[in-house]
Amino acid sequence: MTEPVSAVTSMEPGSIMDGGEVRERSRWLWARYLWLDKKAVIGLVVLTVMVIAAVFAPIIATHDPNEQTADFLLPPSLEHYMGTDDLGRDLFSRIVYGARISLFIGVSTVLIAAVIGIFLGLVAGYRGGWADSIIMRYIDLQWAFPNFIIAVYLVAVFGTGLANVMIAISLAFLDDFARVVRAMVLTLREQEFVLAARAIGASDSRIQRRHILPNTMAPVIVQATVSVSYAILAEAGLSFLGLGVKPNTPTWGLILADARSFISRAWWLAIFPGLAITVTVLSINFVGDALRDILDVRDQSREEAPH
Amino acid sequence: MSRYLIQRVLHAFVVIWLVVTLVFFLLRAVPGDPFAAMLADVDPAAAEALKAKWGYDQPVYVQYYLWLGNLLQGDLGNSIYGSNVSVSRIILEAIPRTLSLAFISFTLALTVSLAAGIISAIRRYSLLDHTVTLTAFMGLSMPDFWLGILLIIVFAVKLGWLPAIGYKPISDGFWPWLSHLILPAIASGMAFAAIITRMTRSAMLEVLQTDYIKVARAKGLSENTVVLVHAFKNALIPVITVMGIAFALLMSGTVIIENVFAIKGLGRVLIQSILNRDYPVVQGAILVVSVLFVFSNLAVDVLYTVIDPRIRYTD
Repeated sequence: MTEPVSAVTSMEPGSIMDGGEVRERSRWLWARYLWLDKKAVIGLVVLTVMVIAAVFAPIIATHDPNEQTADFLLPPSLEHYMGTDDLGRDLFSRIVYGARISLFIGVSTVLIAAVIGIFLGLVAGYRGGWADSIIMRYIDLQWAFPNFIIAVYLVAVFGTGLANVMIAISLAFLDDFARVVRAMVLTLREQEFVLAARAIGASDSRIQRRHILPNTMAPVIVQATVSVSYAILAEAGLSFLGLGVKPNTPTWGLILADARSFISRAWWLAIFPGLAITVTVLSINFVGDALRDILDVRDQSREEAPH
Repeated sequence: MSRYLIQRVLHAFVVIWLVVTLVFFLLRAVPGDPFAAMLADVDPAAAEALKAKWGYDQPVYVQYYLWLGNLLQGDLGNSIYGSNVSVSRIILEAIPRTLSLAFISFTLALTVSLAAGIISAIRRYSLLDHTVTLTAFMGLSMPDFWLGILLIIVFAVKLGWLPAIGYKPISDGFWPWLSHLILPAIASGMAFAAIITRMTRSAMLEVLQTDYIKVARAKGLSENTVVLVHAFKNALIPVITVMGIAFALLMSGTVIIENVFAIKGLGRVLIQSILNRDYPVVQGAILVVSVLFVFSNLAVDVLYTVIDPRIRYTD
């Protein structure tokens, strides 16, 4: 990448400076390209529906998600859109409430991972020296394992429950951000506009804040999108294994785990929660793919799947 | 090369040592020990006695020293649950199960994905190509444990073709062994297959446009020779670069899939021990799982240099 900067703020070169006008126009273009990508539009529509379901869960859900009734294992009907489970709870309502937890954990863990990861990557790349060595040793250690395995290790240490799962997933995903940002910083540090800023006496913190950080955002945004989908999968996986949030919380992974005992009698218990996860993750991946094309972020090793 | 190899092996050992050490100390730093969890409410004195019996009342560095010393002699301690079997025994029983699953999964996924990728590239934009592309995309978005459950519903419950859960050692016969592994292998290899299919397709498309392929065709070579010998061989190089990530996903897939299919391999041992807070088993399982990951990474890196002599690692 000879011109990482142009990939960030717009399609055209020359938009390096902080010109408000160029920024505005490029932001616009960005949205328009996204709109032209059919898969991305489908993804965005589905995600919007999911977010609405999550936010307005109490209004959208037809029943109390935890209310146990005598209507055990009823197939889908007009009364119970997705049927009921072994305790007579309405599956549709549980899945709607499950969207809250899945999306909340997916987005918040990635935000935490991104903030810490960006900070570590920035320090490692900009300072170099011993800070770089220490940070990269740690990042390489995590890099030897898939994120999900790191999350399992961390849950093994910290224990289960919502807060611990969030800590585990956040820490498990931060190495991706640190690596991406560090690689960007290493190229940016030597760019002329950074050298110029230094020449006119800008402080290190100003250079990092105003010149380096904004230009690392394109790959970070792409990474974050992909990471959210994998964080959702990780939460579902942990919950499925019994290492996630506490039992009886309506989360997609837990509903699937509970369904295992009834799959020969009640297919809907296995189908709908899995479908909810898949459709959400697929939509995020559609948007992520489009963003990668639009922002022109290419990195072979990261392209196919986060680790 | 040999110097590079020695360095990498040393580095692998350092990584593994760091992981088990971190886990060891963090497990003990986090409040609440397994004995308290078992007995504190009922009988605090008994909990203390158990703690002393297993050496958990000693200072952490003493525990670590003893544990590491025993580890170097191949002794991983005993499970603090049930009949207190030795951790080495639990793990030795689990390893062949995990390796069997990983092997079948890898073979199956690699065969299917290379074939799908090549066909998809040759018949670009055909219905088949679109189906393959969409399936691969689905494969990366679908939770592997869900696919496992769906496979059980269709092939075990409805059709009754394959057993739903469990494991049979190969000494019970080849088919009983294989039949128990097919469904879990598909589920844990899905992400691997998806990644390799996409990569094979795009690498083949790129190679097929190069001049030497045109030359090969102009020479009058059969299309099969052109595609399989000339194009595929060169397309393999980029495919191998994603092999490490793909294989790691396959291995982490087995951890979760073993739990879906009740195969008592390393993944199930790890998860069960975490749920039971059985520290010695947790430590042992994390050690062995980490060895698997670190050395499979190493194997893939070495494979690069074998396949593509242009890659030279020098330090």
